[in-house]
Amino acid sequence: MLDFQLIAEHLPLYGRGVLVTFQLLIIALALGLALAIPLGLMRVSKAPWLNAPAWLYTYVIRGTPMLVQLFLIYYGLAQFEAVRSSFMWPYLSSATFCACLAFAINTSAYSAEILAGSLKATPHGEIEAAKAMGMSRAKLYRRILLPSALRRALPQYSNEVIMMLHTTSLASIVTLVDITGAARTLSSRYYMPFEAFITAGLFYLVLTFALVQLFKQAERHWLAHLAPRKA
Amino acid sequence: MLHGYGSTILDGAWLTLSLALTSMALAITLGLLGAAFRLSPLKWLALLGEGYATVIRGIPDLVLILLIFYGGQDIVNRVAPLLGHSQYIDINPFIAGVGTMGFIFGAYLSETFRGAFMAIPKGQAEAGAAYGMGRLQVFFRILVPQMIRFAIPGFTNNWLVLTKATALISVVGLQDMMFKAKNAADATREPFTFFLAVAALYLLLTSVSLLALRLLERRYSVGARLADI
Repeated sequence: MLDFQLIAEHLPLYGRGVLVTFQLLIIALALGLALAIPLGLMRVSKAPWLNAPAWLYTYVIRGTPMLVQLFLIYYGLAQFEAVRSSFMWPYLSSATFCACLAFAINTSAYSAEILAGSLKATPHGEIEAAKAMGMSRAKLYRRILLPSALRRALPQYSNEVIMMLHTTSLASIVTLVDITGAARTLSSRYYMPFEAFITAGLFYLVLTFALVQLFKQAERHWLAHLAPRKA
Repeated sequence: MLHGYGSTILDGAWLTLSLALTSMALAITLGLLGAAFRLSPLKWLALLGEGYATVIRGIPDLVLILLIFYGGQDIVNRVAPLLGHSQYIDINPFIAGVGTMGFIFGAYLSETFRGAFMAIPKGQAEAGAAYGMGRLQVFFRILVPQMIRFAIPGFTNNWLVLTKATALISVVGLQDMMFKAKNAADATREPFTFFLAVAALYLLLTSVSLLALRLLERRYSVGARLADI
């Protein structure tokens, strides 16, 4: 009743899909993290003119579906003549660019909140000690707050990375052929949705487990000082 | 501004809300069942619950939706002739949507519920037993009310994710507000306007949910003592 013969013949299509998924994931995460650090710092600021815009940004992004954000950027922006005639149009009319941009914006909001939470949880003794040593604010952030907060954010950030891996599947809705896109192609070409999507699911499952293991290693390395002591 | 599509989109919003609420009811049922399985002393039950939670949480929602929606229909129609059914079986998209979302988020909720049950101090159940309560009485009078308090933050999170994930069901043709907005956008060539309107409706839905669940959390935390830091 199930026929995996055709799937096996088309494994290279899935292989190319894995590469597209990786490409989307890495670009989105890199851009997202670069945006998240300043946003996270703004979110812990006591100055309302810094804190409020960052709060609004993360609130709106986290309160709306990823699909809507993707459609707003990919389909929505084309509505404006100013966008279509701008130098950005060659980029904004590309599905890959729009998907990366939408994913990066989305993950930046979640990562910023994770970082802000981690910054706020810094033991106050560490901050007081740094101040007692005469560190300036910039040095305090650079040497004490950020290195320690980024490390402690690792477990939560690993969840975000896995969510992001899953989110990249939405790229298949805007015509990209990632893992899900490969499955959709096969499903409609040979009409065998069950086999096609279960194979895609297996690919994601393996990638998810690999990421979980990778982050476990990373935590063992960077969070060794917080691990429970062996009796 | 919406070229008369406003009421259509509001109809879609109503469908989104009913889909989210119905799916959540199913997800809670499956989540409690999953948590019970995972906490069960029977090894094979625990393994089954663990497998459900791990596999579902390791696969993107969209892939599961496509798998259950198209793949499920496909399998049903491959099996039906073997059972002597000759007509093609079309599954109602709303029921399929509820089944899919409920099944996915049941796995996430089983994690929330399991954690919440484990957070209840053992002495609570023992005190209940010491008062002469039966196992069921201990479960419903002592454990469940406290479990709810511990589960609310995780539940809030899952509800928000589920509400937003319902947008994906539009991909398989359920006429929720996302689907209606896409149609209106294609017809009027004003995609930004319509997707922005839908974004605002989702934001309204998530904001109201946050407020309501915060009130619920306060209600269930009556009598809980919090240490001042």
